[in-house]
Amino acid sequence: MTTPDPGPHLAVALDGAGWHPAAWREPLARPDELFSARYWTDLVREAQSAALDFVTFEDTLALQRGGSPEATDRVRGRLDAVLIAARVAPLTMGIGLVPTVVTTHTEPFHISKAIATLDYVSTGRAGVRVRVGRPHEYPHFGRRDPEEDRDSLFTEAADYVEVVRRLWDSWEDDAEIRDAATGRFVDRDRLHYIDFEGAAFSVKGPSITPRPPQGQPLVTALAHAEIPFRFAAGSTDLAYVTPTDRSDAERIVARLNGLPHVFADLVVFLDDKPGAAADRLARLDETAGRAYASDAHVFTGTPAELADLLLDWHAAGLTGFRLRPGAIPDDLTAITRGLVPELRARGAFRSGYEADTLRGLLGLPRPANRYATA
Amino acid sequence: MTVTPEGKPRKQIHLAAHFPGVNNTTVWSDPAAGSHIDFRSFVHLAQTAERAKFDLFFLAEGLRLREQGGEIYDLDVVGRPDTFTVLAALAAVTDRLGLAGTINSTFNEPYEVARQFASLDHLSDGRAAWNVVTSWDAFTGENFRRGGFLPQEQRYSRAETFLRTTWELFDSWKGDEVVADKDTGTFLSDPAAGTFAHRSEHFDISGRFTVPRSPQGRPVILQAGDSDEGREFAAATADAIFSRHGTLEAGQAFYADVKGRLAKYGRQDHQLKVLPAATFVLGDTDADAAEKADVVRKQQVSPATAIKFLEQLWNTDLSTHDPDGPLPAFDPVVGENTVAKGRASVRMHRDPVATAHEWRALAEAKGLTSRELIIEVTGRQNFIGSAETIATRIDDLVQADASDGFILVPHVTPGGLDEFADTVVPLLQERGVFRAEYTGTTLREHLGLDQP
Repeated sequence: MTTPDPGPHLAVALDGAGWHPAAWREPLARPDELFSARYWTDLVREAQSAALDFVTFEDTLALQRGGSPEATDRVRGRLDAVLIAARVAPLTMGIGLVPTVVTTHTEPFHISKAIATLDYVSTGRAGVRVRVGRPHEYPHFGRRDPEEDRDSLFTEAADYVEVVRRLWDSWEDDAEIRDAATGRFVDRDRLHYIDFEGAAFSVKGPSITPRPPQGQPLVTALAHAEIPFRFAAGSTDLAYVTPTDRSDAERIVARLNGLPHVFADLVVFLDDKPGAAADRLARLDETAGRAYASDAHVFTGTPAELADLLLDWHAAGLTGFRLRPGAIPDDLTAITRGLVPELRARGAFRSGYEADTLRGLLGLPRPANRYATA
Repeated sequence: MTVTPEGKPRKQIHLAAHFPGVNNTTVWSDPAAGSHIDFRSFVHLAQTAERAKFDLFFLAEGLRLREQGGEIYDLDVVGRPDTFTVLAALAAVTDRLGLAGTINSTFNEPYEVARQFASLDHLSDGRAAWNVVTSWDAFTGENFRRGGFLPQEQRYSRAETFLRTTWELFDSWKGDEVVADKDTGTFLSDPAAGTFAHRSEHFDISGRFTVPRSPQGRPVILQAGDSDEGREFAAATADAIFSRHGTLEAGQAFYADVKGRLAKYGRQDHQLKVLPAATFVLGDTDADAAEKADVVRKQQVSPATAIKFLEQLWNTDLSTHDPDGPLPAFDPVVGENTVAKGRASVRMHRDPVATAHEWRALAEAKGLTSRELIIEVTGRQNFIGSAETIATRIDDLVQADASDGFILVPHVTPGGLDEFADTVVPLLQERGVFRAEYTGTTLREHLGLDQP
């Protein structure tokens, strides 16, 4: 007996006023609120209202450079993604929170405890999307050569994720004993040095933060080519990929067949009226002065047409999708109020949250601790 | 405005709530003691402090678990959250309370810390504060990319340069650049907003900062250094100093000392608040409080904890020493303190042999056992008494210029501030020396600080 396929998982990638560079000029956009907690809380609650699996928060350790570095007609400025996620966490339920962090310029010790803490403040809904540094981030730190070999950054990122994961496990779940008889708060035999030694750094451990509620928060990465594929396959629980069509999706899924989850990224412009979304994209392009281009497939159409595509690609082996709304709120609400009801009508999306943790939503067990001996 | 008997206007008191720390002040064995990591504990203390109209909530941080005798120290609370992350989450469940985090200037980079504090300040509508701490030790460095890279004598130089570099980053946005005009298509009024370049002994960085100017311009700066160098650093840069001089005489001396250093930096007295850390035990009567305080001290200094304290001064293994007997008859091992690691307090024993002699003299004069001596020298709470007694004492100390207020350190998580909020704060409000309502929205406004 086979259980019916529950349909694809759905995430939304939040970035500024949406992914189109002219999105901030749309009538419903709130470009003057991009640096406020209220804006981000509203967006995540909208995603939560449709019981989406999670949202991601884009981030870079540099100012956006779209158009040109000096462009003044594009959104510029960003708050720290981990802190946005943490600020939203107590005001949301059910939905996973996945901020972006840059491995090349940050400390795995700090990021490990930050994501562990995000898992505590969200009671088990934390994940992280890791990416390597980009050249224009380097001068902000002044410690590394921007010309360094890009491929080696992925080797280092793999070390980085290994350290982050070991630190999450460096406390066994029952390390805190509060044993009045012996006066011991912790059993130090259940705290572990991680003793990681790599080419770029060494980390001793243990973490200062106890093992987070999920044990291992979800680790994700975007991958477009062989070297990032290798990193994603070896270090993450979930990869975002950018197939151009169904057969491309099949090829990528085959390449990443060891991963529990492979999500396709799609930029979406949605409208109930056939043709209206394409017209809107054309209008946005005209405002921006150039045609929108993306690393991911750009979809324009109705929610029903998008549902057709998602189910077709899902059948090709993709376990889910990370939708990048072209404009916020228009395309975000089209996902939550148009696409999701359409999928539900086809029995292909949950009607409400059925798990307390992000791993649970994604059908991933709480992993055993690598250091536990019992 | 009310005046003191000497005719001076009565100072307004500033109060902060310190989340109980990973030391023996925190009594985790108390039946009321809750989790130190569950977010609900942080929410409880922060909301209690906000209900009582406190200026700020304070979180300490240490970047490596403490060790003693080569093993992880297990007698105190162990484990804490990431500072920025928990403060950002607390911003969601509080409206006015300042949110102060301890962030190390050695094992971080200015660009990242500046964007974290600027982000926290936006996400809290102007309530962020930074307790700048320095360290250099290779022990902590083992958790970080650069290891123990910093010579001890450079730690303040790096800290001050680090801090001033973050100010350059905060100031790289003036505050009026984001116009977001949909009609004209102008998002930024200045194409170069956020541009910075800094080159010094410690940093060589340039580019563009990502966070538009935050409500407070920059976070409120706290400092806790006690050495001459630390006091100078605070006088030059801090908005508030977190001291450990909570008594009248020591407090007045410290207060006069640090305020006296301000003029040479062109600063005025009100620009540096002096906030000693203070513990307290409340009772229905003073006698009741004294009795409770005695119990708490014994909880804080168990026989095993007493031995660990002795080892920190004697700098040697004393695991076979009898805590209920006299102090060790021999002198401490002189030299680098190798017994206790990750603990700033061992540096306070600047002359261990002299301290040991003082302790021995005190123990002999009062007939104290080793444990009783440790209780005597480490455990006494700053404020012990009824609510009336404590309110009077706090007000007297502040009006006598022993401080501008206190950072209160409860000994029980998370409910240890409840009684203080319910009984002492109303008395301070009745005296007209503590706000009955918040009058501003930002922490700078609560502390009466200028906008940079």
